[in-house]
Amino acid sequence: MDQLLYGIPVIGLVFQLVGYLIAIVPPIAPIILRSATPLALGAMCGVMCERSGIVNIGIEGTMLASAFTGWVVGIAVAPLFPHAAAFLFGITPALLIALAAALLVAVLISALHAWLSISLRADQIISGTIINIAAFGVTGYLNTIIAKTSPTSAGSFTAWRPPADLTNLPFVGWILRMFLNQGPLTMLVLVLVIVFQVLLFRSRWGLRTRAVGEHPKAAETVGIDVTRLRYRNVLVAGLFAGLAGAFLSMEATNSFQAGMTNGIGFIALAAMILGRWTPIGALLAALLFASFKAIGQTINFLPPAGQLGSIVSAVPAQLFDALPYIVTIIVLAGVVGRSTPPAADGQPYERESAT
Amino acid sequence: MIGDRRVLLDVRMRKLGSVVLLPVIAIVLALIVGSIVILFSELLIPGHTFDPLLPFVAYEALLEGALGSDNAIVGTLVFTAPLVLGGLAVAVGFKAGLFNIGARGQFLVGALGAVAAGVAVAGQPSIIAIPIAVLAGMAAGGLWGFIVGALKALSGAHEVVTTIMLNYVADSLLAALVSGPLKVPNSPSPVTFDVGNAAYPVLIGRNGHLGLLIAIVAIVVIWWLLYRTTRGFEIRTVGANPDAARYAGMRPRVIVPLTMTLSGMLAGLAGTGEILGINHHMTSGFSTTVGFDSIAVALLARSNPFGVLPAALLFGAMRSGAGLMQIKAGIPAELVDVVQATILLVLVATPVIRRLLRLRGTPAAIEAAPTITKSYSGETVVR
Repeated sequence: MDQLLYGIPVIGLVFQLVGYLIAIVPPIAPIILRSATPLALGAMCGVMCERSGIVNIGIEGTMLASAFTGWVVGIAVAPLFPHAAAFLFGITPALLIALAAALLVAVLISALHAWLSISLRADQIISGTIINIAAFGVTGYLNTIIAKTSPTSAGSFTAWRPPADLTNLPFVGWILRMFLNQGPLTMLVLVLVIVFQVLLFRSRWGLRTRAVGEHPKAAETVGIDVTRLRYRNVLVAGLFAGLAGAFLSMEATNSFQAGMTNGIGFIALAAMILGRWTPIGALLAALLFASFKAIGQTINFLPPAGQLGSIVSAVPAQLFDALPYIVTIIVLAGVVGRSTPPAADGQPYERESAT
Repeated sequence: MIGDRRVLLDVRMRKLGSVVLLPVIAIVLALIVGSIVILFSELLIPGHTFDPLLPFVAYEALLEGALGSDNAIVGTLVFTAPLVLGGLAVAVGFKAGLFNIGARGQFLVGALGAVAAGVAVAGQPSIIAIPIAVLAGMAAGGLWGFIVGALKALSGAHEVVTTIMLNYVADSLLAALVSGPLKVPNSPSPVTFDVGNAAYPVLIGRNGHLGLLIAIVAIVVIWWLLYRTTRGFEIRTVGANPDAARYAGMRPRVIVPLTMTLSGMLAGLAGTGEILGINHHMTSGFSTTVGFDSIAVALLARSNPFGVLPAALLFGAMRSGAGLMQIKAGIPAELVDVVQATILLVLVATPVIRRLLRLRGTPAAIEAAPTITKSYSGETVVR
């Protein structure tokens, strides 16, 4: 009897919530995918590093540095191409050069991390912390100086406009719009995630990478060069962080603000953990986190009606910002499933000397 | 006998050399890197005539801002006090093989606890109000640390990840409380009431508050705790070798949460000082650089409680002088972060420095290394 009494209002609330979500999710779906993009890219950087046994908490700093580089190089090269007309996605030569520069910087920073953690066997977490502090300092410093000259940015990649016939289709129109009404980097993420997932679990490279992350000694005995593979993977992982940074200053916005990553690199780390160190899992986790944020913001200006509305309005809006982190802690604590990192994650590998 | 003594002296000198020499090399190299950054940035300003001496102008202004007058010196001390407490917090963690990246979150939650309690007892006499607010701040910070330690002990969740997550939860909690229950009703902006009588009294200079004294006392207490008590011995043993500690009958499962709680209390005390000593109230924009600076302090001090003082003074002076540097030389304050990151980089890359300078017998500057990331991969160190 008690159960019934408690049950009925809860069921009613659940229905209200589902109804509310069905009403608001389609219109905000493109926004969700867009804000999941840097998270998913950052998380893939993490997956690639940690699958090879290198902990990288410097993703945040790497992103920030590439966001800044993309913006600055864009400013510098834009005057060289005064008449370049943008065709698809707003792509101009200046933007492409800026993107290349952003990726280059990310790879350089990853090279530093790789050198410190693989060759010097320094503590990988300290190395990541250094990258974060240095990136925050250098970009903040240079930004203060450059912003004084009030420069004109090279613009940004723009979203593709799918034909209205497609997006107005009943039931599936909003899904098409979610995936098609996007900029090039966002669309690229979906491709990258699938390719990366297949490579990691179905290719020779993937098997070797996972072996190096789980049991480097065993990998070495079957002839895999652990050091080289780790170096290569950490450098390639830098490209993902670079894309994430470029997305922030060249697709999501066309400008740079000091500290603009604002924790995205760390939520990416959380997405990686929640996604259990797989690319697709990380993307789903990133989408989940992005929906928390988007729904939280929507509730602010479009609160649900009725009983649900009065409950939701009592919840402070800031709670939605904290949800990704709280969910990650709960998952880490083993309350909802278990998330176990690769066995040799974070451990420097020392080759046994041949005698 | 005499030979023995000479060997002992030699070993001591060498140890002193490595403890002092490497940080000094790191600081000098960092200042050089800082000047390169300054010179490079000059090239970016259009219409600016290149001044090769600008780094010296900047560092002079930095020094003047930090130590140029009595007020500046007290200002530096005020910047130093939270770094001492934060540095101790991180150092205590290192001693137990724990990397507390969450000093920032514990600092904020500690400040939140202090302001909540401080406002509640604002009308009481100071002798009662201050201890209550301080205890509340320490308890809040300690709780934030305890969550991390308990999770590690119970499920092996690595403290680096949980502390990072809790840093952001602390941000949200602070924003929610300051614009919610703690907000002054009908105030246009999210701000709390004043802590009134719970505020730290000013002891020296313009704003040299009680927190300076607390920081000094904390150094001695932590040293005593780590090196003169059984618990401290257990903490250090668990950090050095958890298996040996377990074999000797110590329980890492108890020591780890205990250490994290202690660490959180110290960081919370730093946040408490910021509220009771300086701000006296809290806005929703309350934030801090103490969290990451503390990691730098602890690393530079090699987790030695007494070493924390000079390390904190160095970074405190830089933070304190950065304002004048910005005004006089037009150099953005973020230069401090660049210098700080370079110092850490040099300390981490010690093997390279040793090879370059042909230093021998100097142990790695960051000794905590083997114990920190070891436990990351779910290898349950705590059992």
